[in-house]
Amino acid sequence: MSIEIRGVAKRYGDFTALENIDLSIPTGQLTALLGPSGGGKSTLLRIIAGLETTDSGTVEIEGTEATHLPPQKRNVGFVFQHYAVFKHLTVARNVAFGLEIRKRPKAEIKERVAELLELVHLSQFAERLPAQLSGGQRQRMALARALAVEPTVLLLDEPFGALDAKVRKELRDWLRRLHDDVHVTTVFVTHDQEEALEVADKIVVINQGRIEQIGTPDELYDEPANEFVAGFLGPVTELDGRTVRPHDIDVHREAVPGAVVGSVARVLRVGFEVRLSVLPDGGAPASRAVQVTLTRAHARDLTAGTKVWLTPADRG
Amino acid sequence: MTVATATVTGPARTRRSRPASNLTAASGLGLGVAVLWLSILVLIPLIAVVVAALEGGVGTFWAALTDPQTFAALRLTVLEALGVTALNVVVGTLIAWVLVRDEFPGKRVLDVVIDIPFALPTIVAGLVLLSLYGPASPVGINLVNTQQGIFLALAFVTLPFVVRTVQPVLLELDVDAEEAAASLGAGRLTTFRRIILPSLLPAITAGASLAFARAISEFGSLVLISGNTPYETEVASLKILKFIEGDNQAQAAAVATLLLLVAVVVIVALDLISRRVARRG
Repeated sequence: MSIEIRGVAKRYGDFTALENIDLSIPTGQLTALLGPSGGGKSTLLRIIAGLETTDSGTVEIEGTEATHLPPQKRNVGFVFQHYAVFKHLTVARNVAFGLEIRKRPKAEIKERVAELLELVHLSQFAERLPAQLSGGQRQRMALARALAVEPTVLLLDEPFGALDAKVRKELRDWLRRLHDDVHVTTVFVTHDQEEALEVADKIVVINQGRIEQIGTPDELYDEPANEFVAGFLGPVTELDGRTVRPHDIDVHREAVPGAVVGSVARVLRVGFEVRLSVLPDGGAPASRAVQVTLTRAHARDLTAGTKVWLTPADRG
Repeated sequence: MTVATATVTGPARTRRSRPASNLTAASGLGLGVAVLWLSILVLIPLIAVVVAALEGGVGTFWAALTDPQTFAALRLTVLEALGVTALNVVVGTLIAWVLVRDEFPGKRVLDVVIDIPFALPTIVAGLVLLSLYGPASPVGINLVNTQQGIFLALAFVTLPFVVRTVQPVLLELDVDAEEAAASLGAGRLTTFRRIILPSLLPAITAGASLAFARAISEFGSLVLISGNTPYETEVASLKILKFIEGDNQAQAAAVATLLLLVAVVVIVALDLISRRVARRG
Protein backbone atom coordinates (compact mmCIF):
# COMPACT_ATOMS: atom_id res chain seq x y z
CA MET A 1 0.00 0.00 0.00
CA SER A 2 1.29 3.38 -0.97
CA ILE A 3 -0.39 5.57 1.64
CA GLU A 4 -1.43 4.23 5.04
CA ILE A 5 -3.61 6.49 7.15
CA ARG A 6 -4.40 5.35 10.68
CA GLY A 7 -6.62 7.12 13.21
CA VAL A 8 -6.23 10.56 11.66
CA ALA A 9 -8.45 13.27 13.19
CA LYS A 10 -8.59 17.03 12.80
CA ARG A 11 -10.59 19.67 14.65
CA TYR A 12 -10.82 23.41 14.09
CA GLY A 13 -12.19 24.79 17.35
CA ASP A 14 -15.65 23.25 17.71
CA PHE A 15 -15.74 21.98 14.14
CA THR A 16 -14.70 18.39 13.51
CA ALA A 17 -13.14 18.24 10.05
CA LEU A 18 -12.00 14.62 10.27
CA GLU A 19 -12.90 11.90 12.72
CA ASN A 20 -10.73 8.82 13.22
CA ILE A 21 -9.91 8.10 9.56
CA ASP A 22 -8.35 4.77 8.59
CA LEU A 23 -7.53 4.41 4.92
CA SER A 24 -5.14 2.50 2.69
CA ILE A 25 -4.45 3.90 -0.76
CA PRO A 26 -2.98 1.35 -3.18
CA THR A 27 0.16 1.98 -5.23
CA GLY A 28 -0.15 3.01 -8.86
CA GLN A 29 -3.90 3.61 -8.79
CA LEU A 30 -6.07 6.64 -9.24
CA THR A 31 -8.14 7.15 -6.11
CA ALA A 32 -10.88 9.76 -5.72
CA LEU A 33 -11.88 11.32 -2.41
CA LEU A 34 -15.52 12.17 -3.11
CA GLY A 35 -17.94 14.08 -0.95
CA PRO A 36 -19.84 17.30 -0.40
CA SER A 37 -18.06 20.59 0.33
CA GLY A 38 -16.87 20.94 3.90
CA GLY A 39 -16.93 17.17 4.37
CA GLY A 40 -13.21 16.96 5.20
CA LYS A 41 -11.82 15.47 1.97
CA SER A 42 -9.53 18.44 1.22
CA THR A 43 -8.29 18.45 4.80
CA LEU A 44 -7.36 14.79 4.47
CA LEU A 45 -5.48 15.46 1.23
CA ARG A 46 -3.60 18.37 2.84
CA ILE A 47 -2.69 16.18 5.81
CA ILE A 48 -1.22 13.61 3.40
CA ALA A 49 0.78 16.42 1.75
CA GLY A 50 1.97 17.83 5.07
CA LEU A 51 0.32 21.20 4.42
CA GLU A 52 -1.88 20.54 7.44
CA THR A 53 -0.98 18.72 10.65
CA THR A 54 -3.08 15.92 12.10
CA ASP A 55 -4.32 16.11 15.70
CA SER A 56 -3.83 12.38 16.18
CA GLY A 57 -3.00 9.23 14.24
CA THR A 58 -0.28 8.52 11.69
CA VAL A 59 0.41 8.92 7.98
CA GLU A 60 2.78 6.60 6.16
CA ILE A 61 3.88 7.16 2.56
CA GLU A 62 5.48 4.23 0.70
CA GLY A 63 6.59 2.67 3.95
CA THR A 64 8.07 5.90 5.34
CA GLU A 65 6.58 7.28 8.54
CA ALA A 66 5.59 10.81 7.45
CA THR A 67 3.28 12.10 10.21
CA HIS A 68 5.73 14.76 11.35
CA LEU A 69 7.64 15.34 8.11
CA PRO A 70 7.40 18.86 6.63
CA PRO A 71 5.91 19.07 3.09
CA GLN A 72 9.41 19.64 1.65
CA LYS A 73 10.53 16.16 2.76
CA ARG A 74 7.49 14.13 1.69
CA ASN A 75 8.20 14.06 -2.02
CA VAL A 76 4.56 14.51 -2.98
CA GLY A 77 3.30 16.47 -5.95
CA PHE A 78 0.41 18.77 -5.12
CA VAL A 79 -1.97 20.42 -7.60
CA PHE A 80 -4.27 23.17 -6.33
CA GLN A 81 -7.76 24.11 -7.47
CA HIS A 82 -6.67 27.64 -8.37
CA TYR A 83 -3.45 26.51 -10.08
CA ALA A 84 -1.06 28.23 -7.60
CA VAL A 85 1.20 29.32 -10.44
CA PHE A 86 4.42 31.26 -9.84
CA LYS A 87 3.17 34.18 -11.88
CA HIS A 88 6.49 35.98 -12.34
CA LEU A 89 8.14 32.89 -13.87
CA THR A 90 7.70 31.53 -17.39
CA VAL A 91 5.95 28.21 -17.96
CA ALA A 92 9.32 26.45 -18.36
CA ARG A 93 10.70 28.03 -15.18
CA ASN A 94 7.56 27.06 -13.27
CA VAL A 95 8.03 23.43 -14.29
CA ALA A 96 11.77 23.60 -13.57
CA PHE A 97 11.27 24.99 -10.04
CA GLY A 98 11.38 21.72 -8.11
CA LEU A 99 14.40 20.51 -10.10
CA GLU A 100 16.27 23.77 -9.50
CA ILE A 101 15.59 23.42 -5.77
CA ARG A 102 17.11 19.94 -5.97
CA LYS A 103 20.16 21.45 -7.70
CA ARG A 104 20.04 19.16 -10.72
CA PRO A 105 22.47 19.96 -13.55
CA LYS A 106 21.21 22.60 -15.99
CA ALA A 107 21.24 20.30 -19.02
CA GLU A 108 19.25 17.64 -17.19
CA ILE A 109 16.66 20.21 -16.05
CA LYS A 110 16.28 21.51 -19.57
CA GLU A 111 15.76 18.06 -20.98
CA ARG A 112 13.28 17.03 -18.29
CA VAL A 113 11.27 20.26 -18.65
CA ALA A 114 11.04 19.81 -22.41
CA GLU A 115 9.88 16.23 -21.88
CA LEU A 116 7.19 17.26 -19.37
CA LEU A 117 5.93 20.15 -21.49
CA GLU A 118 5.61 17.68 -24.33
CA LEU A 119 3.62 15.37 -22.04
CA VAL A 120 1.14 18.12 -21.09
CA HIS A 121 1.04 19.56 -24.64
CA LEU A 122 2.49 22.95 -23.68
CA SER A 123 5.79 22.86 -25.58
CA GLN A 124 4.97 25.90 -27.70
CA PHE A 125 4.10 27.92 -24.57
CA ALA A 126 7.39 27.30 -22.72
CA GLU A 127 8.47 30.94 -22.73
CA ARG A 128 5.07 32.45 -21.91
CA LEU A 129 4.01 33.74 -18.53
CA PRO A 130 1.16 31.92 -16.77
CA ALA A 131 -1.09 34.98 -17.17
CA GLN A 132 -1.00 34.37 -20.94
CA LEU A 133 -2.44 30.85 -20.57
CA SER A 134 -6.05 29.69 -20.25
CA GLY A 135 -7.25 28.03 -17.06
CA GLY A 136 -6.95 24.55 -18.52
CA GLN A 137 -3.41 25.24 -19.75
CA ARG A 138 -2.41 26.63 -16.37
CA GLN A 139 -3.64 23.51 -14.64
CA ARG A 140 -1.72 21.30 -17.08
CA MET A 141 1.38 23.39 -16.32
CA ALA A 142 0.78 22.92 -12.59
CA LEU A 143 0.51 19.19 -13.17
CA ALA A 144 3.80 19.12 -15.12
CA ARG A 145 5.42 21.12 -12.31
CA ALA A 146 4.21 18.60 -9.73
CA LEU A 147 5.35 15.64 -11.84
CA ALA A 148 8.80 17.16 -12.47
CA VAL A 149 10.15 16.08 -9.10
CA GLU A 150 9.06 12.46 -9.70
CA PRO A 151 6.80 12.39 -6.65
CA THR A 152 5.94 9.17 -4.82
CA VAL A 153 2.32 10.28 -4.83
CA LEU A 154 0.46 12.91 -6.80
CA LEU A 155 -2.25 14.78 -4.91
CA LEU A 156 -4.86 16.91 -6.69
CA ASP A 157 -7.23 19.17 -4.77
CA GLU A 158 -10.37 19.79 -6.88
CA PRO A 159 -8.05 20.12 -9.88
CA PHE A 160 -10.77 20.93 -12.41
CA GLY A 161 -13.13 22.77 -10.09
CA ALA A 162 -12.33 26.24 -11.42
CA LEU A 163 -12.73 25.30 -15.09
CA ASP A 164 -15.81 25.46 -17.28
CA ALA A 165 -17.75 22.27 -18.00
CA LYS A 166 -16.31 21.50 -21.44
CA VAL A 167 -12.65 21.98 -20.47
CA ARG A 168 -13.27 20.06 -17.27
CA LYS A 169 -14.47 17.06 -19.24
CA GLU A 170 -11.52 17.21 -21.64
CA LEU A 171 -8.99 17.44 -18.80
CA ARG A 172 -10.70 14.60 -16.98
CA ASP A 173 -10.23 12.25 -19.96
CA TRP A 174 -6.72 13.54 -20.40
CA LEU A 175 -5.83 12.94 -16.74
CA ARG A 176 -7.05 9.35 -17.04
CA ARG A 177 -4.91 8.75 -20.15
CA LEU A 178 -1.93 10.49 -18.51
CA HIS A 179 -2.27 8.25 -15.47
CA ASP A 180 -2.33 5.17 -17.68
CA ASP A 181 1.01 6.35 -19.12
CA VAL A 182 2.75 7.61 -16.00
CA HIS A 183 1.34 5.21 -13.34
CA VAL A 184 2.13 7.41 -10.38
CA THR A 185 -0.08 6.81 -7.33
CA THR A 186 -2.68 9.57 -7.59
CA VAL A 187 -5.27 10.84 -5.14
CA PHE A 188 -7.70 13.51 -6.21
CA VAL A 189 -10.40 15.35 -4.35
CA THR A 190 -13.70 16.11 -6.04
CA HIS A 191 -17.29 16.89 -5.18
CA ASP A 192 -18.41 15.89 -8.69
CA GLN A 193 -19.63 12.27 -8.63
CA GLU A 194 -19.51 12.01 -12.42
CA GLU A 195 -15.84 13.00 -12.38
CA ALA A 196 -15.06 10.39 -9.73
CA LEU A 197 -17.03 7.63 -11.47
CA GLU A 198 -15.41 8.36 -14.80
CA VAL A 199 -11.77 8.73 -13.80
CA ALA A 200 -11.07 6.82 -10.59
CA ASP A 201 -10.05 3.20 -10.06
CA LYS A 202 -11.28 3.48 -6.51
CA ILE A 203 -13.57 5.95 -4.77
CA VAL A 204 -13.57 6.93 -1.10
CA VAL A 205 -16.80 8.69 -0.13
CA ILE A 206 -16.23 11.13 2.71
CA ASN A 207 -19.00 13.00 4.51
CA GLN A 208 -18.98 15.00 7.75
CA GLY A 209 -15.43 13.96 8.56
CA ARG A 210 -16.09 10.23 8.18
CA ILE A 211 -15.56 7.64 5.47
CA GLU A 212 -18.97 6.43 4.27
CA GLN A 213 -17.79 3.78 1.81
CA ILE A 214 -14.73 2.66 -0.15
CA GLY A 215 -14.99 0.77 -3.42
CA THR A 216 -14.71 0.72 -7.19
CA PRO A 217 -17.07 3.02 -9.12
CA ASP A 218 -19.33 0.05 -9.99
CA GLU A 219 -19.51 -1.21 -6.41
CA LEU A 220 -20.42 2.22 -5.11
CA TYR A 221 -23.01 2.89 -7.78
CA ASP A 222 -24.68 -0.50 -7.73
CA GLU A 223 -24.31 -1.44 -4.08
CA PRO A 224 -24.19 1.76 -2.06
CA ALA A 225 -23.62 1.07 1.63
CA ASN A 226 -26.21 3.59 2.74
CA GLU A 227 -28.75 6.20 1.64
CA PHE A 228 -26.13 8.96 1.62
CA VAL A 229 -23.80 7.17 -0.77
CA ALA A 230 -26.71 6.13 -3.00
CA GLY A 231 -28.01 9.70 -3.18
CA PHE A 232 -24.60 11.28 -3.64
CA LEU A 233 -23.50 9.03 -6.50
CA GLY A 234 -26.58 9.53 -8.61
CA PRO A 235 -30.34 10.12 -8.62
CA VAL A 236 -32.51 7.69 -6.63
CA THR A 237 -36.25 7.11 -6.40
CA GLU A 238 -38.52 4.89 -4.34
CA LEU A 239 -40.39 1.99 -5.97
CA ASP A 240 -42.69 -0.07 -3.75
CA GLY A 241 -40.69 0.84 -0.64
CA ARG A 242 -37.30 0.08 -2.21
CA THR A 243 -34.65 2.65 -3.18
CA VAL A 244 -33.67 2.20 -6.83
CA ARG A 245 -32.05 4.25 -9.57
CA PRO A 246 -34.57 5.85 -11.99
CA HIS A 247 -33.00 4.09 -14.97
CA ASP A 248 -33.21 0.69 -13.26
CA ILE A 249 -37.02 0.60 -13.65
CA ASP A 250 -38.76 -1.18 -16.54
CA VAL A 251 -41.93 0.43 -17.89
CA HIS A 252 -44.60 -1.94 -19.28
CA ARG A 253 -47.73 -1.00 -21.24
CA GLU A 254 -49.77 -4.05 -20.12
CA ALA A 255 -50.31 -5.77 -16.78
CA VAL A 256 -47.28 -7.58 -15.33
CA PRO A 257 -47.49 -9.65 -12.11
CA GLY A 258 -46.04 -7.87 -9.06
CA ALA A 259 -45.74 -4.55 -10.84
CA VAL A 260 -46.59 -1.16 -9.40
CA VAL A 261 -49.54 0.23 -11.35
CA GLY A 262 -49.73 3.95 -11.96
CA SER A 263 -50.26 6.67 -14.49
CA VAL A 264 -47.76 9.05 -16.03
CA ALA A 265 -48.06 12.46 -14.35
CA ARG A 266 -45.39 14.31 -16.27
CA VAL A 267 -43.01 13.72 -19.21
CA LEU A 268 -39.83 15.79 -19.40
CA ARG A 269 -37.25 15.48 -22.12
CA VAL A 270 -33.68 16.48 -21.23
CA GLY A 271 -31.33 16.01 -24.16
CA PHE A 272 -31.02 12.31 -24.95
CA GLU A 273 -33.10 11.06 -22.02
CA VAL A 274 -36.74 11.27 -21.03
CA ARG A 275 -37.76 11.62 -17.38
CA LEU A 276 -41.16 10.33 -16.30
CA SER A 277 -43.02 11.07 -13.15
CA VAL A 278 -45.35 8.12 -12.44
CA LEU A 279 -48.06 8.45 -9.79
CA PRO A 280 -48.92 5.00 -8.32
CA ASP A 281 -52.64 4.23 -8.20
CA GLY A 282 -54.39 4.35 -4.86
CA GLY A 283 -54.35 8.08 -4.17
CA ALA A 284 -50.67 8.49 -3.27
CA PRO A 285 -49.60 12.14 -2.81
CA ALA A 286 -47.66 13.79 -5.66
CA SER A 287 -44.48 13.78 -3.55
CA ARG A 288 -44.50 9.95 -3.67
CA ALA A 289 -44.33 9.87 -7.48
CA VAL A 290 -41.83 7.37 -8.88
CA GLN A 291 -39.12 8.93 -11.06
CA VAL A 292 -38.22 6.89 -14.14
CA THR A 293 -35.55 7.64 -16.74
CA LEU A 294 -35.88 6.22 -20.25
CA THR A 295 -34.12 6.69 -23.53
CA ARG A 296 -36.13 8.58 -26.15
CA ALA A 297 -36.85 5.41 -28.15
CA HIS A 298 -38.51 3.70 -25.20
CA ALA A 299 -40.58 6.69 -24.27
CA ARG A 300 -41.98 7.34 -27.73
CA ASP A 301 -45.70 6.89 -27.07
CA LEU A 302 -45.87 7.83 -23.42
CA THR A 303 -47.80 10.99 -22.52
CA ALA A 304 -49.31 12.37 -19.36
CA GLY A 305 -52.20 10.12 -18.26
CA THR A 306 -50.86 6.90 -19.86
CA LYS A 307 -51.35 3.89 -17.63
CA VAL A 308 -48.11 1.98 -16.92
CA TRP A 309 -46.80 -0.98 -14.89
CA LEU A 310 -43.43 -0.53 -13.23
CA THR A 311 -41.00 -3.29 -12.21
CA PRO A 312 -37.41 -3.13 -10.99
CA ALA A 313 -35.09 -3.88 -13.92
CA ASP A 314 -33.33 -7.22 -13.87
CA ARG A 315 -29.67 -6.30 -13.76
CA GLY A 316 -28.36 -9.75 -14.46
CA MET B 1 -11.77 79.23 -19.01
CA THR B 2 -10.83 79.60 -22.69
CA VAL B 3 -7.71 77.54 -22.05
CA ALA B 4 -9.83 74.82 -20.49
CA THR B 5 -12.23 74.73 -23.42
CA ALA B 6 -9.37 74.51 -25.88
CA THR B 7 -7.78 71.62 -23.99
CA VAL B 8 -11.10 69.86 -23.67
CA THR B 9 -12.15 70.01 -27.30
CA GLY B 10 -8.69 69.01 -28.47
CA PRO B 11 -8.81 65.27 -27.77
CA ALA B 12 -12.53 65.08 -28.61
CA ARG B 13 -11.86 66.43 -32.07
CA THR B 14 -8.94 64.09 -32.74
CA ARG B 15 -11.21 61.22 -31.85
CA ARG B 16 -13.36 61.93 -34.87
CA SER B 17 -10.42 62.18 -37.26
CA ARG B 18 -8.59 59.25 -35.67
CA PRO B 19 -10.93 56.38 -34.81
CA ALA B 20 -8.05 54.44 -33.21
CA SER B 21 -8.25 56.64 -30.11
CA ASN B 22 -10.71 55.43 -27.48
CA LEU B 23 -11.44 58.84 -25.95
CA THR B 24 -15.11 59.71 -25.57
CA ALA B 25 -16.27 63.27 -24.91
CA ALA B 26 -16.38 62.57 -21.16
CA SER B 27 -12.97 60.96 -20.94
CA GLY B 28 -11.62 63.74 -23.16
CA LEU B 29 -12.87 66.22 -20.58
CA GLY B 30 -11.25 64.18 -17.80
CA LEU B 31 -7.92 64.06 -19.61
CA GLY B 32 -8.11 67.78 -20.30
CA VAL B 33 -8.70 68.64 -16.65
CA ALA B 34 -5.91 66.29 -15.55
CA VAL B 35 -3.39 67.78 -17.98
CA LEU B 36 -4.37 71.33 -17.10
CA TRP B 37 -4.17 70.62 -13.39
CA LEU B 38 -0.77 68.94 -13.68
CA SER B 39 0.50 71.81 -15.81
CA ILE B 40 -0.54 74.60 -13.47
CA LEU B 41 0.50 72.84 -10.28
CA VAL B 42 3.55 70.83 -11.28
CA LEU B 43 5.01 71.15 -14.73
CA ILE B 44 5.03 74.95 -15.19
CA PRO B 45 6.52 75.70 -11.72
CA LEU B 46 9.13 72.97 -12.27
CA ILE B 47 10.12 74.50 -15.59
CA ALA B 48 10.22 77.93 -13.93
CA VAL B 49 12.71 76.64 -11.35
CA VAL B 50 14.92 75.09 -14.00
CA VAL B 51 14.77 78.30 -16.04
CA ALA B 52 15.65 80.37 -12.95
CA ALA B 53 18.57 78.05 -12.22
CA LEU B 54 19.94 78.43 -15.72
CA GLU B 55 19.25 82.17 -15.99
CA GLY B 56 22.83 83.17 -15.26
CA GLY B 57 24.14 80.64 -17.77
CA VAL B 58 25.39 77.11 -17.30
CA GLY B 59 28.60 78.45 -15.77
CA THR B 60 26.82 80.09 -12.85
CA PHE B 61 24.68 76.98 -12.38
CA TRP B 62 27.75 74.76 -12.27
CA ALA B 63 29.58 77.13 -9.95
CA ALA B 64 26.66 77.13 -7.53
CA LEU B 65 26.67 73.34 -7.32
CA THR B 66 30.43 72.89 -7.08
CA ASP B 67 30.71 75.41 -4.28
CA PRO B 68 32.25 73.16 -1.58
CA GLN B 69 29.68 74.04 1.06
CA THR B 70 26.71 73.46 -1.28
CA PHE B 71 28.23 70.24 -2.58
CA ALA B 72 28.73 68.95 0.97
CA ALA B 73 25.08 69.70 1.75
CA LEU B 74 23.89 67.88 -1.39
CA ARG B 75 26.17 64.92 -0.71
CA LEU B 76 24.99 64.60 2.88
CA THR B 77 21.34 64.82 1.79
CA VAL B 78 21.63 62.15 -0.89
CA LEU B 79 23.68 59.75 1.25
CA GLU B 80 21.38 60.10 4.26
CA ALA B 81 18.34 59.61 2.02
CA LEU B 82 19.84 56.48 0.42
CA GLY B 83 20.71 55.06 3.85
CA VAL B 84 17.25 55.72 5.21
CA THR B 85 15.67 54.21 2.10
CA ALA B 86 17.73 51.04 2.49
CA LEU B 87 16.70 50.80 6.14
CA ASN B 88 13.05 51.29 5.21
CA VAL B 89 13.16 48.55 2.56
CA VAL B 90 14.20 46.01 5.19
CA VAL B 91 12.34 47.22 8.27
CA GLY B 92 9.25 48.38 6.39
CA THR B 93 8.86 45.00 4.67
CA LEU B 94 9.37 43.24 7.99
CA ILE B 95 6.72 45.37 9.73
CA ALA B 96 4.27 44.82 6.87
CA TRP B 97 4.92 41.06 7.10
CA VAL B 98 4.29 41.01 10.84
CA LEU B 99 1.10 43.06 10.44
CA VAL B 100 -0.30 40.78 7.74
CA ARG B 101 0.92 37.29 8.61
CA ASP B 102 1.12 37.21 12.41
CA GLU B 103 -1.60 37.35 15.02
CA PHE B 104 -0.70 39.04 18.29
CA PRO B 105 -2.37 41.25 20.90
CA GLY B 106 -2.09 44.93 20.07
CA LYS B 107 -1.90 44.32 16.33
CA ARG B 108 -4.63 46.87 15.56
CA VAL B 109 -2.90 49.49 17.70
CA LEU B 110 0.41 48.91 15.94
CA ASP B 111 -1.36 49.20 12.60
CA VAL B 112 -2.58 52.67 13.57
CA VAL B 113 0.69 53.79 15.17
CA ILE B 114 2.51 53.20 11.86
CA ASP B 115 0.69 56.19 10.35
CA ILE B 116 1.55 58.65 13.11
CA PRO B 117 4.85 59.83 11.60
CA PHE B 118 2.95 60.49 8.38
CA ALA B 119 0.02 62.30 10.00
CA LEU B 120 2.14 64.40 12.33
CA PRO B 121 3.20 67.87 11.15
CA THR B 122 6.92 67.41 10.52
CA ILE B 123 7.91 70.24 12.84
CA VAL B 124 6.06 68.38 15.60
CA ALA B 125 7.99 65.25 14.64
CA GLY B 126 11.18 67.29 15.10
CA LEU B 127 9.97 68.45 18.49
CA VAL B 128 9.10 64.91 19.56
CA LEU B 129 12.57 63.68 18.62
CA LEU B 130 14.19 66.67 20.26
CA SER B 131 12.47 65.99 23.57
CA LEU B 132 13.78 62.40 23.60
CA TYR B 133 17.15 62.76 21.88
CA GLY B 134 17.89 66.45 22.52
CA PRO B 135 20.08 68.23 25.10
CA ALA B 136 17.49 67.49 27.81
CA SER B 137 17.23 63.83 26.82
CA PRO B 138 15.77 61.62 29.58
CA VAL B 139 17.79 58.69 28.23
CA GLY B 140 21.02 60.66 28.03
CA ILE B 141 21.36 60.57 24.24
CA ASN B 142 21.89 63.93 22.56
CA LEU B 143 21.71 63.68 18.78
CA VAL B 144 21.25 67.38 18.04
CA ASN B 145 23.71 68.67 15.45
CA THR B 146 24.84 65.15 14.46
CA GLN B 147 24.42 63.17 11.25
CA GLN B 148 22.86 60.37 13.30
CA GLY B 149 20.23 62.85 14.43
CA ILE B 150 19.40 63.63 10.80
CA PHE B 151 19.22 59.90 10.04
CA LEU B 152 16.87 59.35 12.95
CA ALA B 153 14.58 62.21 11.92
CA LEU B 154 14.46 60.96 8.32
CA ALA B 155 13.82 57.37 9.43
CA PHE B 156 10.98 58.64 11.61
CA VAL B 157 9.15 60.57 8.89
CA THR B 158 9.65 57.92 6.15
CA LEU B 159 8.63 54.90 8.24
CA PRO B 160 5.06 54.45 6.87
CA PHE B 161 5.86 54.46 3.15
CA VAL B 162 7.22 50.96 2.55
CA VAL B 163 4.89 49.46 5.19
CA ARG B 164 1.82 50.96 3.57
CA THR B 165 2.73 50.02 0.00
CA VAL B 166 3.77 46.43 0.84
CA GLN B 167 0.91 45.62 3.22
CA PRO B 168 -1.96 45.45 0.68
CA VAL B 169 0.12 43.41 -1.78
CA LEU B 170 1.05 40.96 0.96
CA LEU B 171 -2.63 40.65 1.89
CA GLU B 172 -3.53 39.71 -1.69
CA LEU B 173 -0.66 37.27 -2.11
CA ASP B 174 -1.57 33.75 -3.20
CA VAL B 175 -0.74 31.50 -0.23
CA ASP B 176 -1.27 28.47 -2.49
CA ALA B 177 1.86 29.42 -4.44
CA GLU B 178 3.90 29.29 -1.22
CA GLU B 179 2.45 25.88 -0.37
CA ALA B 180 3.19 24.70 -3.92
CA ALA B 181 6.81 25.82 -3.50
CA ALA B 182 7.00 24.01 -0.16
CA SER B 183 5.68 20.75 -1.60
CA LEU B 184 8.24 21.08 -4.41
CA GLY B 185 10.94 21.08 -1.78
CA ALA B 186 11.65 24.78 -1.25
CA GLY B 187 12.55 25.82 2.30
CA ARG B 188 11.08 28.94 3.87
CA LEU B 189 13.98 31.18 2.92
CA THR B 190 14.01 29.95 -0.68
CA THR B 191 10.26 30.38 -0.94
CA PHE B 192 10.56 33.93 0.37
CA ARG B 193 13.42 34.82 -1.95
CA ARG B 194 12.11 33.15 -5.11
CA ILE B 195 8.33 33.29 -4.79
CA ILE B 196 7.25 35.99 -2.33
CA LEU B 197 9.90 38.65 -2.85
CA PRO B 198 9.45 38.96 -6.64
CA SER B 199 5.74 39.62 -6.07
CA LEU B 200 6.48 42.24 -3.42
CA LEU B 201 9.24 44.02 -5.33
CA PRO B 202 7.08 46.51 -7.25
CA ALA B 203 5.42 47.54 -3.98
CA ILE B 204 8.74 47.74 -2.14
CA THR B 205 10.16 49.86 -4.97
CA ALA B 206 7.18 52.20 -4.90
CA GLY B 207 7.52 52.60 -1.14
CA ALA B 208 11.29 53.08 -1.39
CA SER B 209 10.85 55.75 -4.07
CA LEU B 210 8.37 57.64 -1.90
CA ALA B 211 10.63 57.32 1.13
CA PHE B 212 13.66 58.52 -0.83
CA ALA B 213 11.80 61.48 -2.33
CA ARG B 214 10.51 62.42 1.08
CA ALA B 215 13.97 62.08 2.64
CA ILE B 216 15.83 64.32 0.21
CA SER B 217 13.16 66.98 0.54
CA GLU B 218 12.63 66.75 4.31
CA PHE B 219 12.69 70.11 6.06
CA GLY B 220 10.39 70.46 9.06
CA SER B 221 11.72 67.68 11.24
CA LEU B 222 15.34 68.65 10.51
CA VAL B 223 15.09 72.35 11.36
CA LEU B 224 15.32 71.63 15.08
CA ILE B 225 17.60 68.62 15.18
CA SER B 226 20.13 69.03 12.35
CA GLY B 227 21.93 72.03 13.83
CA ASN B 228 22.71 73.25 10.33
CA THR B 229 26.50 73.33 10.61
CA PRO B 230 28.08 73.78 7.13
CA TYR B 231 30.06 70.71 5.93
CA GLU B 232 28.74 68.72 8.90
CA THR B 233 24.98 68.67 9.34
CA GLU B 234 23.64 71.03 6.73
CA VAL B 235 21.12 69.41 4.36
CA ALA B 236 20.01 70.63 0.93
CA SER B 237 16.56 71.87 1.91
CA LEU B 238 17.98 74.02 4.68
CA LYS B 239 20.71 75.20 2.32
CA ILE B 240 18.01 76.38 -0.10
CA LEU B 241 16.35 78.32 2.73
CA LYS B 242 19.70 79.92 3.56
CA PHE B 243 20.20 80.97 -0.08
CA ILE B 244 16.73 82.49 -0.25
CA GLU B 245 17.22 84.35 3.02
CA GLY B 246 20.46 85.72 1.56
CA ASP B 247 18.46 86.86 -1.49
CA ASN B 248 20.34 84.39 -3.69
CA GLN B 249 17.49 83.09 -5.84
CA ALA B 250 19.63 81.68 -8.65
CA GLN B 251 21.69 79.46 -6.35
CA ALA B 252 18.59 78.30 -4.50
CA ALA B 253 17.07 77.33 -7.85
CA ALA B 254 20.27 75.53 -8.87
CA VAL B 255 20.20 73.33 -5.73
CA ALA B 256 16.48 72.74 -6.22
CA THR B 257 17.04 71.66 -9.84
CA LEU B 258 19.73 69.22 -8.83
CA LEU B 259 17.53 67.71 -6.12
CA LEU B 260 14.83 67.32 -8.74
CA LEU B 261 17.27 65.55 -11.03
CA VAL B 262 18.52 63.23 -8.30
CA ALA B 263 14.96 62.31 -7.36
CA VAL B 264 14.10 61.45 -10.97
CA VAL B 265 17.29 59.41 -11.49
CA VAL B 266 16.89 57.40 -8.28
CA ILE B 267 13.19 56.69 -8.86
CA VAL B 268 13.83 55.52 -12.42
CA ALA B 269 16.82 53.42 -11.28
CA LEU B 270 14.77 51.75 -8.53
CA ASP B 271 12.06 50.92 -11.04
CA LEU B 272 14.56 49.39 -13.47
CA ILE B 273 16.20 47.32 -10.75
CA SER B 274 12.88 45.98 -9.51
CA ARG B 275 11.84 44.98 -13.04
CA ARG B 276 15.11 43.18 -13.63
CA VAL B 277 15.06 41.32 -10.31
CA ALA B 278 11.39 40.41 -10.68
CA ARG B 279 12.11 38.92 -14.08
CA ARG B 280 15.05 36.89 -12.88
CA GLY B 281 13.02 35.33 -10.03
